Amino acid sequence: MSRQLSASIVIATVLLAVFAGPDMRAASRTAKSATQAAQATGSVASTDASQDDPDEVRAVPLEQYASPVELLFSPDGAWLYVLCQESGEVQVLDASSGRMLKRIAVGRVPRGFALSPRGDKLYVTSSWDDRVAVVDTRLLRVIATWRVGAEPTGIAVDRTGTRLFVANRISSDVAVLDAKTGSELRRLVAGRGASYMTMAADGSRLLVTHVYPNPRGYRTVPESEITIIDPQTTRVVERMPLHSIAGTFHVALSTDGRLGVVAHLHPKNLVPLAHVEHGWIFGDTITVFGPDLGMGPGSAVEVPLDELDRYFSYPFGVAISPDKRRIYITNAGSDVVTVVDVRRLLAYIHAHPGGFAENLGASAYYVEAHIAVGANPRGVLLSRDGRRLYVANRLDDTVSVVNTASNRVDKTFALDGPKTISALRKGERIFYSARYSFQGQIGCTNCHIDSTFDGLTWDLEPDGFGIGIVDNRLLEDIRNTAPYKWNGSNPNIQTECGVRTERYFWRSQNYNDRQLADLTLYVRSIPARPNRWRLPNGQMTPAQERGRALFVRSVDNFGKPIAVKNRCVYCHSGPMGTDQKSFDVGTGKKTDPSGLFDTPQLTNIALTAPYLHDGSARSLEEIWTVYNPEDRHGRTNDLTKDELNDLIEYLKTR
Amino acid sequence: MKKLLLCFLMSMLVSAAMAAVPKMPIFRFENFTVANGLPDNHVYAVLVDGDRVWVGTENGLGLYENKHWKVYGTADGLAHRAVLSLALDRRTGDLWAGTMGGLSRVSAGRIDSYTQLNSGLSNDVVYGLSVEGDNVWVATAAGGCRLNTRTGKWTLYNDRNTPMNEIWTYNVMATPEKVYYAVWGSGVLELNQKTGRWDKYDDPDGENEMVLFKDQGLIHEIVTSVSYVDKILWIGTYMGDSRYDGRYWHNFLMKDSGLPSDFTNLVKGVDATHAWFCTDKGLAYYDGVNWAVYRPSLKDGRPEMTVRDVTGKVTQIAVTTAPAHNYILGIDFQGEDIWVATAKGLSHGIRLRTK
Repeated sequence: MSRQLSASIVIATVLLAVFAGPDMRAASRTAKSATQAAQATGSVASTDASQDDPDEVRAVPLEQYASPVELLFSPDGAWLYVLCQESGEVQVLDASSGRMLKRIAVGRVPRGFALSPRGDKLYVTSSWDDRVAVVDTRLLRVIATWRVGAEPTGIAVDRTGTRLFVANRISSDVAVLDAKTGSELRRLVAGRGASYMTMAADGSRLLVTHVYPNPRGYRTVPESEITIIDPQTTRVVERMPLHSIAGTFHVALSTDGRLGVVAHLHPKNLVPLAHVEHGWIFGDTITVFGPDLGMGPGSAVEVPLDELDRYFSYPFGVAISPDKRRIYITNAGSDVVTVVDVRRLLAYIHAHPGGFAENLGASAYYVEAHIAVGANPRGVLLSRDGRRLYVANRLDDTVSVVNTASNRVDKTFALDGPKTISALRKGERIFYSARYSFQGQIGCTNCHIDSTFDGLTWDLEPDGFGIGIVDNRLLEDIRNTAPYKWNGSNPNIQTECGVRTERYFWRSQNYNDRQLADLTLYVRSIPARPNRWRLPNGQMTPAQERGRALFVRSVDNFGKPIAVKNRCVYCHSGPMGTDQKSFDVGTGKKTDPSGLFDTPQLTNIALTAPYLHDGSARSLEEIWTVYNPEDRHGRTNDLTKDELNDLIEYLKTR
Repeated sequence: MKKLLLCFLMSMLVSAAMAAVPKMPIFRFENFTVANGLPDNHVYAVLVDGDRVWVGTENGLGLYENKHWKVYGTADGLAHRAVLSLALDRRTGDLWAGTMGGLSRVSAGRIDSYTQLNSGLSNDVVYGLSVEGDNVWVATAAGGCRLNTRTGKWTLYNDRNTPMNEIWTYNVMATPEKVYYAVWGSGVLELNQKTGRWDKYDDPDGENEMVLFKDQGLIHEIVTSVSYVDKILWIGTYMGDSRYDGRYWHNFLMKDSGLPSDFTNLVKGVDATHAWFCTDKGLAYYDGVNWAVYRPSLKDGRPEMTVRDVTGKVTQIAVTTAPAHNYILGIDFQGEDIWVATAKGLSHGIRLRTK
């Protein structure tokens, strides 16, 4: 290969990385392009796609970082299956040595996997393909892919191996599938952004969490739940409330089912963000529950992990030791695993019956250790004897093996993937890290879960309670939507992510120029998820077509011309649905410093309720049925209900 | 001992009665009012889910389970306190409640509500509901609509896209093949789900309150209820009832059937030949030939059961209990038992065994 050609490939790769973003890089590659890339570099593509459906499983893009997020053992404990989100594969390792045995391409942005009871099949969700890949664990190849719901994330198998349960993040439900055929039997309503699940060892219960808070009234305390499903009847039997919680991740049960733990965020979005310095914006907490608490049926206690001057940000993965003496939690924003002494925790709980979720002095009594691991630790897995804890370090492409007797990392397995750290990767690490904020409290991802949004409204200004309330906007594909912030005061992402974030959010000034450049690069690269409302052929449904006509119309239902500035398409113009200017559309409140607001982009607008600058509209409908009485936010009051529904059907395709 | 004696006497009475008249089901009614836990005496709808009984009342949604009442109201997220209609998704166990202020889904205790302002729901007054697969079909005061629970998409049905002359839909029954809307003043609408084609069934007499063409079409335009079972469409109106088998119509009027009234709030078919009629003057059961009526007597309020045979002969059956009121609004089945919604209480009809 000539030097020029090599240089061209390198430049092309860098450009692709810069402008496509990590998920998009994975997403945009097809089996064909990966094979071509493999031929060009002389590498071997691992394309174990289903023979029946070869185009449905994407090839492993060789340049991709692995980004491990979840771990599983083979039934005999000899193999470690590592679910790699960015490279879209399962890497199979020797669990003792970490030696790579096989790479299996499973689809775009996989987020969850589960083994059949006999261990002969591994079911993997690919959240960007809306599919479940079925891996034959003997052949180590995909033997089928099944179409499922929107953005499948967590997955579990019942004890008999006959039913699969898949948490769909976008449709906020759990699909029940026939484990033999993949046919969907029913959908069960879960929490908003249904994502992670765990099956009780005896198969009696399936617990499901969700990453966005359930919809509630404007400026009310967020509420979440653990959805409890009876796998036999496939019905939801209980919803365990998680008060004040938004952003719930992994949940675990002890082997005997008597102790449960769930990791989550406790946002305090009703007070000004200026209170970071008071330790008052995000609590990093877990909730423990179950009969072992000794507090009666249905009891649950929220437990803080933070300390007075040091935070353990973004609790994500959880595991309970077989003897129930320890709980392990990954703190994804702090790059540590927190070890909780269960006996001491229970004693503390009994000594403080009124609760202590906001007592930052409490954790000293039951946190046994913080174990430093790799960058952005996510899923955890205990060996059957409880002696080793495996930790998936998402932004290190490593798996830490912790000796649970010494609470030290014994070994670190390096996964296959690029060994050099790109600027983009560095930026992603900054985005997911809390180290840059005051006392390590929060990172960008606290509010932008998985680089998206959080479904909350925030009081970002330091000018008092209830002033300048703003809805959290989606970060997908924002690179060409400047200016930023609802008041449009930040002309570019560098400003948005730099001084403004440091000063108002982090209460620190920790980024150097290079770090800010890397972070900006990453934020610019965040792609839009596939839109689930668009038809695959690019055409529109009749309702979407009618809605599009309303979006661009120039005459109202009474035959009167609509002023140019009062047409939807005037402000929401261009490919991103924004003219990048500010307008007063009559939605300002007395508590807003100004009635002028930046025109928000429409990317994946269907996903991001609530709406308007302050999140006062709980749904797209309310933007016009409640908050547009004078037609200042477009001429809409002449629309029939049918037409408004059509307009919304169209907007969902944006 | 007293109970035994009572049962013996009841059995004797029942046996004696049945020897002379067609065998019709006899019930012992246990009635619920606010005095024993019912949220409100005005019960619009009742729905049985196994051992659980849901009731929609003027002041909340009630759940009767293990002999205890749990009441859901607006503080729990219910769209409105007055619950007019109920439907169960039997695959998931989720309950849908149509209220005077929107549509609510009750799922393992969590209530999510949809209104005409916050969703694509056509109107907040939800008179009727039916769950079919992933779809929730809704009858509202401003047309019908369908919510696809997987996609979240709302589809509206009204005078713009169906042959609906009036948009006051009162009841809906959906199956994978056919969907029927009862339209107050506009007959019955039928949607063929495979072809997407709408058909309309009208009273051949028009809006004339006289019945000139009996058994030649729908009995009346003011349709309150539809029930489609075994490919038979049972229809309730304020001026009599109809049965349609896809080809032939048979109409029922008080004057030539066992109906206690022509004013029917709801009809519920059991199969092709059996149906229950909830009228303003009692609950009626039709077995294809004979009729039974259950109610407090219109004269003195005493429990009353009558049976009308094929010849028109009416026989009084001695009973000691009756539904809570003769204004009947709804019925559902629990094995051989019935649960009855009335304007002044809920009634559990416990089927008595007869020889």
